[in-house]
Amino acid sequence: MENMVNIYLFGKQYSVPDHLTIMRAMEYAGYQLIRGCGCRNGFCGACATIYRIKGDTQLRTCLACQTKVEEGMYVATLPFFPLVKQVYDINEVKTTEQVMMQLYPEIYACVGCNACTKSCTQSLNVMQYIAYAQRGEFELCAEESFDCVMCGVCSSRCPAGISHPQVAMLARRINGKYLAPASEHLENRVKEIENGDFTQLLEALMGKPIEEMKELYNNREIEK
Amino acid sequence: MYSAEFQESLKKVEANRAANTALEPRRMTAQEKDDLLAAYHPDYKKSEFSELKIGPNKGEVVPHELVEILQAKSRIKASDINLEDVKYDVDVLVIGGGGAGTSAAIEAHNAGAKTMIVTKLRMGDANTMMAEGGIQAADKENDSPAQHYIDAFGGGHFAAKKELLAKLVCDAPGAIKWLNELGVEFDKDETGRMVTTHGGGTSRKRMHAAKDYSGAEIMRTLRDEVINLGIEVVDFTSAIELILDENGRAAGAVLMNMETKELMVARAKTVIIATGGAGRMHYQGFPTSNHYGATADGLVLGYRVGAKLLYPETLQYHPTGAAYPQQIFGALVTEKVRSLGAKLVNVNGEVFMHPLETRDVSAASIIRECSDRNNGVDTGSGKAVWLDTPMIEIIGGEGTIEKRIPAMMRMFASYGIDIRKEPILIYPTLHYQNGGLDINVNGMTTNVENLFVAGEAVGGIHGKNRLMGNSLLDIIVFGRNAGINAAATAKNVTVGKLSLEHIAKFDAEREAAGIVTDTVSPKLLPDYRGNKSGM
Repeated sequence: MENMVNIYLFGKQYSVPDHLTIMRAMEYAGYQLIRGCGCRNGFCGACATIYRIKGDTQLRTCLACQTKVEEGMYVATLPFFPLVKQVYDINEVKTTEQVMMQLYPEIYACVGCNACTKSCTQSLNVMQYIAYAQRGEFELCAEESFDCVMCGVCSSRCPAGISHPQVAMLARRINGKYLAPASEHLENRVKEIENGDFTQLLEALMGKPIEEMKELYNNREIEK
Repeated sequence: MYSAEFQESLKKVEANRAANTALEPRRMTAQEKDDLLAAYHPDYKKSEFSELKIGPNKGEVVPHELVEILQAKSRIKASDINLEDVKYDVDVLVIGGGGAGTSAAIEAHNAGAKTMIVTKLRMGDANTMMAEGGIQAADKENDSPAQHYIDAFGGGHFAAKKELLAKLVCDAPGAIKWLNELGVEFDKDETGRMVTTHGGGTSRKRMHAAKDYSGAEIMRTLRDEVINLGIEVVDFTSAIELILDENGRAAGAVLMNMETKELMVARAKTVIIATGGAGRMHYQGFPTSNHYGATADGLVLGYRVGAKLLYPETLQYHPTGAAYPQQIFGALVTEKVRSLGAKLVNVNGEVFMHPLETRDVSAASIIRECSDRNNGVDTGSGKAVWLDTPMIEIIGGEGTIEKRIPAMMRMFASYGIDIRKEPILIYPTLHYQNGGLDINVNGMTTNVENLFVAGEAVGGIHGKNRLMGNSLLDIIVFGRNAGINAAATAKNVTVGKLSLEHIAKFDAEREAAGIVTDTVSPKLLPDYRGNKSGM
C-alpha cells in the first residue's frame, strides 16, 4: 500500500501518493493542465510554483515537475509572470554596461536583499549575475546565469522590479555573438561550402548504388 | 544514494570500474546489428502495428496509436465556422513555436513576409528546449559534409531522401554560424575552436554543444529574436484543421484558443507545419523524453488534406531514458554522457556493448540485456541497466561532469543521486519521430501546394533512424529553408475562396472503409488525469 499525503492545491485539499511530483499530483487529483506544464523535465520553466508547508512561515519555490509532494504542502502555481522584455537589434547593441543602463536601468536599483537567489528554482546565484550585468561583465553574467530556465520566480520576489532572466538573456547573447572568440575553422568551412568545394564529392556519393554506400559506411574509419 | 536492493549489483559495477573504463569494446558487425534490430527493436514488433485503411498512405502499416488519430474525425464540421470571418490574415502562417517554427518565422520575416506563429502552448514549449547533447556540423579540418553524409545515411539504414540529407550536411556549418551570430553560446576553447565530441554512429567528432543545455540555449535565443523582430505570436492557440482554397492549395488554418475554445480563421498565402513530434502518443506503452504537447498534430493536419507521410512506421527509442527514480521515469539522459566516456554496464558489472553504436542498435541491445539475457537490474518498476557516469570523471578529470553536463547532475541530485560518484539506471524511452510528412528539397510537401513542413514533422531527412545532433541541426536548416521558400512562394500567391470541404470528403472515405470511431484529432494534449505515472 502506498503512502498518501495531504496537499492543498490552491487551498483545496487532496490526498495523493507521496512519491509523486507536484505536477503529477495535480494530474492525479484530476487537473488537465494547459498552463503551467511544458517539457515536464526541468528545462522550460513553465511550471514555476510557490508553496508553503503547513506550520512553517517560509515561502518556498520550485519547478512542479522536479519536486516531490510533501505532507501539508500548500501549492500555488505561477504559470505566467509579467517579465519586462526589452526589444533591441542584436546587430546594433553596445557591448558595454551602457546597454544595460539603456534597456534595463532598474538593475541599478537592486537593494541587495538576495531574494532572487534564495528563490531560484535552479539554485543559481541570481544576485551575483545581476551584479556582473551592472558592471558590464557579460561573460561572467552569461556563465553564472547559464542554467536559467526563465521561470520568473526571482522576478516575482524582487522589490526592485528587475526581470532577471531577461537581463541574463541579453548578456548571454552579447557574449555569444561579440565577446566569445570567433571560430576560424567554422568561417573557413562555410566559405569552402559556398565555394562549392564539396559539391562534386557529395554528388558522387548521392549517385552511388546502395551496396557501394554500405561498403563505404561499414568500413569507414572512426576518429579516436 | 541507492537503497539496499541495488547494492549487490552496484558493488560489482564499482569493482569493475577501473577495468571497464580502460576497455575498448568491439563494435558490432553489420550482420549482428541487423539481427539484433529484427529481434529486439520496437519498430520490428509486428503486433504493435496495423494497416491504414484510408488516406494518402492507405495500405501502409503504422503504430496502432497513429492509425487511430490519422483515421479519426475532425474536431469540427465545416458548418461550425464562417470562413469569411477572417481573424488573422498573413502571408506566412507558421504552426508551431519550437526551433523549426521560430527559425522559419525569422527567415520569412526577414524576407519581407507578414508572418505569424501560432502555438498551442507557449513559444519554446517544444522538444528543441529539451535537446541536451548537441548539434552536428562538419566544420573541423579532418571532417567534411561528405563524411557527415556517409554517417547519417548509414545510420538511417540507407533510407534517407538523398537530396534532403545532402542539404542537411551542406547547410550545417552555415546553421552553426547563423546561430552563433544570433548570440547562441557554443562550447569553445580560448582560441575559438568549437569543443566537439562523438555521438552514436559518428565517424568524426562533430557534436557542438552548449553544455547539456544545447537545445535550451538555441531555443531561448530564437525566441528572444522572434520577439525582437516583432513577429506576431499567438500562443495557447492550436491549429485544429488546415484550410485549403478552392484550388486545393493550403491557405490557412482553423485555430482554437486552448482555454476558451473559441474558434478563429487564419488565412495565409503559405502555411508551414512545424508541430514537432509524437512522444506523448506513448507508442507501445513506452515512457517518453518529449515535451507535453508532442502528439503528432501536424501529421494529422497534413494527412487529412491529402499530404503523404514518409516512414511513419519508424520511431526512435532513445537508449538512455532515466529508469530510476520513478519521478523521472522516461526523462532523457543525454547521449553526451556516453560521448564523454560513460559505458553501459549490466547487473553483473559487465560492459555489454560499445557505448556509441547508433541509437536504434543501442536501444535494442539494452532491451535484449533486460529481457532474453536477463542481465537487467530490477528497479521496482521494470528492468534497467547501469550507465556508469563516474567513468567520466576518471577520463576527463574531476569537475568534468559539473562543467559539461550540469543539467544531468542537477536532475539526479534532486533525488539524492550524485552522478559523479554513483552510476545511474537507464532504459530506452520514446524519443523521436523519424517519419513524417514527405517534402521536396524546397520544404513544400510533395502533393499539397503551398503547404510547407519543417522540423520533426518532416519524414525522410534521416531515413529510418536518426543520429544524435542531427535533429537540432535539421530544425535549423529546414526551418530556415521553409521560411525562405514559403516567403518567396507567398509573393506570387493569390488566395482563392477558402474551403473546409476536405473534412466531409475524409468522413466519406472513412465511412466507405467501414471504420467506426469516436476519436477526434489532432489530440493536442495527453490526458493524465487520475493517473500516477505521467503516461
